[in-house]
Amino acid sequence: MQQETEIAAAVAVGSRRRGRRKPEYLPGESRRIGYLYVAPAFIIYAAFNLYQLGQGVNISFYNWDGLTPGTWVGLANYREFFTDPSIRETYMHVLELMVFYALAPIAIGLSLAVMLSRIRIRGLTFFRMLLFLPMVITDIVTAVAWVWIYGSSANIPGHPEGPLNVVLKAVGLGRFIPTEGWLGNFHTALPAVGVFGMWGGFGFSLILFLAGIMKIPSSLYEAARVDGANAWHEFRAVTLPGLRYELQVVLVLSVIGTLGTFDEIYVLTSGGPGTETSVPAWQIWSRLFNTGQVGSAAALGLIMMVIVFAVTYTLNKLLERGAGD
Amino acid sequence: MDLRCSGRVTRIRAVAGSQGPAIARTIWEVSMRQRVRFTRRAGVLALISTLALAAMSCTPGSKVTHKSAPPVPTITGVTETGPITLTIWDQESGQVSRIWDQLNTEFEQKYPNVTIKRVNRDFGELKTLLKLAMSGPHPPDVVEANQGWPDMGQLVKAGLLLPLDNYAKAYGWDQRVSENVLSVSRWTPDGTQFGTGELFGYTTMGEIVGVYYNKTILDKLGLSLPTTFAEFEQALATAKQAGEIPIEFANSDGFPGIHEFATIQDQTDTETYLTDFIFGLQGNQLSFDTPENIQAATTIQDWVNKGYFTPGFGGAGYDDAVNLFAKGEGLFMITGNWIVQNLGAKNTNFGFFLMPSMQTGGTAVGTGGAGFPLSIAAGSQHPDAAAAYIDWMTSDHAAQMLVPTGEIPLATGVTTSIPTGTVLSDVINAAASASASNAIVPYEDWATPTFYNTLVAGIQELMAMRLTPQEFVSQVEEDYSKFQSSRA
Repeated sequence: MQQETEIAAAVAVGSRRRGRRKPEYLPGESRRIGYLYVAPAFIIYAAFNLYQLGQGVNISFYNWDGLTPGTWVGLANYREFFTDPSIRETYMHVLELMVFYALAPIAIGLSLAVMLSRIRIRGLTFFRMLLFLPMVITDIVTAVAWVWIYGSSANIPGHPEGPLNVVLKAVGLGRFIPTEGWLGNFHTALPAVGVFGMWGGFGFSLILFLAGIMKIPSSLYEAARVDGANAWHEFRAVTLPGLRYELQVVLVLSVIGTLGTFDEIYVLTSGGPGTETSVPAWQIWSRLFNTGQVGSAAALGLIMMVIVFAVTYTLNKLLERGAGD
Repeated sequence: MDLRCSGRVTRIRAVAGSQGPAIARTIWEVSMRQRVRFTRRAGVLALISTLALAAMSCTPGSKVTHKSAPPVPTITGVTETGPITLTIWDQESGQVSRIWDQLNTEFEQKYPNVTIKRVNRDFGELKTLLKLAMSGPHPPDVVEANQGWPDMGQLVKAGLLLPLDNYAKAYGWDQRVSENVLSVSRWTPDGTQFGTGELFGYTTMGEIVGVYYNKTILDKLGLSLPTTFAEFEQALATAKQAGEIPIEFANSDGFPGIHEFATIQDQTDTETYLTDFIFGLQGNQLSFDTPENIQAATTIQDWVNKGYFTPGFGGAGYDDAVNLFAKGEGLFMITGNWIVQNLGAKNTNFGFFLMPSMQTGGTAVGTGGAGFPLSIAAGSQHPDAAAAYIDWMTSDHAAQMLVPTGEIPLATGVTTSIPTGTVLSDVINAAASASASNAIVPYEDWATPTFYNTLVAGIQELMAMRLTPQEFVSQVEEDYSKFQSSRA
């Protein structure tokens, strides 16, 4: 009885308090005060990102060497994107790299994850950590190691030889090694960069896929087996649909990552031989720092940003829609 | 909001369902579903960008003020008595770098109130970082800025270097070296004309690019020193036939290819054309797309096809190639005086000559001239002390220490004892004779701000048969004419 009164009093107090406040809000409903909460993050973002973005947009309309006052050229730097074959070339290279950076890691990661989930091995955590390691170490560091693996020099007697070539020769595949070395040959340089990216990328997708598979209720597999499904059917009907979100994350992240490829190009090939491994981010850097084409670099950077936005948006929406069906 | 939107989607789905491929439909629906949210977000973004733009819509780059030359100092040397720190940026390496350290220490001993802070970077790094460092609020005092449009030209144009004419007068620099050593560091103050005007850099050490040869291999093949270009090509063929590498070469670094090409081009073109072209003296009147340059490009491809260069040169590093040549691989190596220190100045097994002319009895022309000059930053707090430092680094004392590394003394009256028959004496003599007959052509990568990168990529592709000689010269000409038009 006494308890009830207390509750009633509390409710009365509460309602009186609420009554004084106007207007009334439901939890989670948007309020003006929200802007205040957002302000610190927004101010930092604006000061360190938006302002520079605006500056970049401004610079992109000029022909500027980075030192002396620029001259207004309007949209000329943007027009260059459609007329300069060397820019188109960088995007073709990125498309080729996507096979190695996005598609291959997904294929390898998926098949390894399925295999690992079907068999029990001791020390799985250890192997998982091992496979994830390339993701954790900075690209710059691992790229330096890969320069050594490929052999930094041509495949000529007397020149230093990389472990990859030593192994290939030991197993009798020496005749496939290009004389210019893997990174110096016009045909193998870009795939060699790609293999590096593949090595760095598949651990990430593997970990995500493994986690995803564990999330799939085992009852689904049991049901599939009761229905007489073989391993392929299981994969097709249970595993793959269950991994939809992981696939989406890996695909989107790796595609964005490929578009932004820079570190490994800087260390492995410097965009060479010729311009064979030149990618957009590398070209932007080179125009900015090496050849003093700051306006053009800004325009290309902004175009790249828009492309990344568009690709991410489309991919996300396509995959989301797929999930809805 | 969501309700309104989903209603729209259904309607559109009904319309689109009958036509259009699935993917296009997807994108369409997705964009419609998101339209309201997207429009608002885009609106906010547009607003912010507009505001940001409005706030900054101004020409990038600060107004350039060109400092005039400081007055002629009445007393030379470091006259300030308080503690001074001079920051020096250079790109020296190996033995030369060690000599620089020693010279710096001696300078500090001479002027105890001076501390030298040396920042040593490699050629490529310096190229990338120098402009940033010089345009910052605390630039280094003395820098090694490469001559030509890409580096020194840009710095002069931006008013970041100090004219040195009055220092040259006070220290007598202009009396010590010939005018063509100075002219490659001369610019009109606004940086629009190269080769005339005020002095922005000074050096007394020179460079020359030519042909090194291995005497043992030459004797073994029964060859004598080629005196014409045809004889040189004959020697290449003989070496190839005998299973020797005719020209030790590695081009993954890019710059060696420029020297290889220029050494041939120096013979196909006239010295006047090349100098005018590089200095940009005739603007767009000169073209890279000439029969002579196509001939040079064809020759270099011909040599590649005949296997005259180290196999796999495209992937090999320059330093490795120099080491292998020093160890006895390859009959010839086409490169500059700077590898003398790797071969050993007193080595008598190697010799050096300038690429012989295509005409019998013609003058051999080589690429080179003044080495990396020293310049003073316009923002230096101690320009007088910096000038005293430059004078020290270009003194006869410095030259005597540097000559054994293969650096060529350009100042008059420098006496160094060089044993005859050594590779060093060959290099010094070749440079002296070329200088005497006015047969030294500047480095071609000076020609436009982007020429170094254009040449590196172009020559790599030319030598990998990915470009025809005609495509190569057209590609290079595009860069040249674009820059010359922008100057006009």
